[in-house]
Amino acid sequence: MTDMTLPAQADSRASAANKQSVLEGLRTRDRAFFWLTRLSALLVLAILGGIIVSLVIGAWPAIKAFGFNFLTVQRWAPNAQPEPILGGLGPIYGTLVSSLIAMAIAVPVGLGIAIFLTELCPQKLRQPIATAVELLAGIPSIIYGMWGFFVLGPFLAEHFQPFMIKTFENVPVLQDVFKGPASNLSLFNASLVLAIMVLPFITSVARDVFLTVPPVLKEAAYGVGCTTWEVMRNVVLPYTRVGVIGGVMLALGRALGETMAVTFVIGNSFKISPSIFAPSTTISAAIASEFAEASDVHQSALILLGLLLFVLTFFVLAIARLLLMRAERRSGA
Amino acid sequence: MNAFSPPGYAARKRVNEIIMGLCVAATALGLVWLFLILVTLLWNGISGVSLAVFTEMTPPPNAHGGGLLNAIVGSLIMTAIGIAIGGPIGLFAGTYMAEYGRHEKLTTVIRFINDILLSAPSIIIGLFIYGAVVVPMHGFSGIAGALALAVIVIPVVVRTTENMLLLVPQQLREAAAGLGVPRSKVIRDVAYRAAKTGLITGGLLAVARISGETAPLLFTALSNQFWSIDLTKEMANLPVTINNFINNPDPNWKRLAWAGALIITFAVLALNIAARSLSSRNASK
Repeated sequence: MTDMTLPAQADSRASAANKQSVLEGLRTRDRAFFWLTRLSALLVLAILGGIIVSLVIGAWPAIKAFGFNFLTVQRWAPNAQPEPILGGLGPIYGTLVSSLIAMAIAVPVGLGIAIFLTELCPQKLRQPIATAVELLAGIPSIIYGMWGFFVLGPFLAEHFQPFMIKTFENVPVLQDVFKGPASNLSLFNASLVLAIMVLPFITSVARDVFLTVPPVLKEAAYGVGCTTWEVMRNVVLPYTRVGVIGGVMLALGRALGETMAVTFVIGNSFKISPSIFAPSTTISAAIASEFAEASDVHQSALILLGLLLFVLTFFVLAIARLLLMRAERRSGA
Repeated sequence: MNAFSPPGYAARKRVNEIIMGLCVAATALGLVWLFLILVTLLWNGISGVSLAVFTEMTPPPNAHGGGLLNAIVGSLIMTAIGIAIGGPIGLFAGTYMAEYGRHEKLTTVIRFINDILLSAPSIIIGLFIYGAVVVPMHGFSGIAGALALAVIVIPVVVRTTENMLLLVPQQLREAAAGLGVPRSKVIRDVAYRAAKTGLITGGLLAVARISGETAPLLFTALSNQFWSIDLTKEMANLPVTINNFINNPDPNWKRLAWAGALIITFAVLALNIAARSLSSRNASK
């Protein structure tokens, strides 16, 4: 008996030690995987930090040279003697105005599509049309630029712009906003291309939040005799307001930073003109077209513009996210 | 009949009809843009697409023939490296947020920042990589371009990974954990497997997102007139080549630019549609 138990005991002791080491190995690997994922997650934060630090370092010479005047000076003369004169007002103005005009066009159209898709469209066509509109977001921005330059620009310059210029010829204020000559490259053309590009963002967010409205609310409104539009205006839009504004801000964030499409059609002029049919430039277009050939303080000024753009889009997108989170929480509750 | 129509009903009905008509018009407008862009691309690009585009190098200015081989290969290399670097990082970061830190404050912060990076202007990413890679390396390089693309890939993959893992039923994890399976193995062999289609969709969307990106490559990879697969030198790529060729009066370059634009757009749209059908098939299952 004892002869039999001894090896068995020894065996079980060995296997216990073995088990211990296997478990130890598993625990180590478990730990390693945990830290691998945790470090990757922290890297997302590090990227944000890296972007800010590298932009600030790059922009520092320009900040030192121009200070706050950078925000108020319009003249952009990298080759001026003895010192380059660089003011960012032109591209900042172009960025803000082109995005605002784009939103003024895209918001009603985008909401219109979302209303069509949720209320009017036959069930069978909903998904295909929604997909088609969302595919607009997939087209690379350089393609929009080429299309805007070769197709849309000439069309607008020949037909739309002369019509507007003529119509508002003798109206005070508006005659300056819609002032000729018509041009293939203009702030308005850039706005229109931007509007088309951000359309899918507005439509898809609006459609998603429209679908969160409890059917009972809509049915109650229809039941007391409301028309479709009245239901949208008095029930659906108030209920989804936060989410819709979030979607609009998201689209605005996109429009502010869009680069290639704008570079092709805006004409790269740093001069601010009251007319929206005149060439202009945006921050991203200025960087795209000048950065590779720029040096010293010129390059630094472009990075400073980039820093301003990043701060601006950061706040717009942050507001968008906060609103969308609020909308989501409400629909979940 | 009139007894059933309250006063002012006709006017309200008319307003409704006008606005609904405008909604239909808005939809038509949206679809017309897509159609017009695709038609323009086909019209200008189809004549330029030939076998030579895929087998010959980019030609010098004012020459005949030539293709886009070096640009296509360069784009493929940089996209592959961008995905190879950004994909796993995004996957692991999303895994942490959904599996380990689901209820942590840190996860909320990372999700917020990630969503902002997701929509951050891509030209800013280019400036970041310029400062972080190009300047220290003293020159434009293929690897800098690939890193810029990787930075764009990460938020896309983080977002889809987290969303997809959150959809995996908790019972699956509990069942595996109950058998004594270590947590990391539960994640890799149960959660990943259950979310496989979604994760692949995320990868496809990331590829689609970066294959058309031009702005972040303008001053990271630059471009290259010649064949080069040296990652430390300027590397040719399709978007920047299109950008350079289309802005040149040379008709041969213009022809190639349109052909390249056609190729890139249909590749991106195909990827988007593939990702969509994959995820909708998964959803209906």
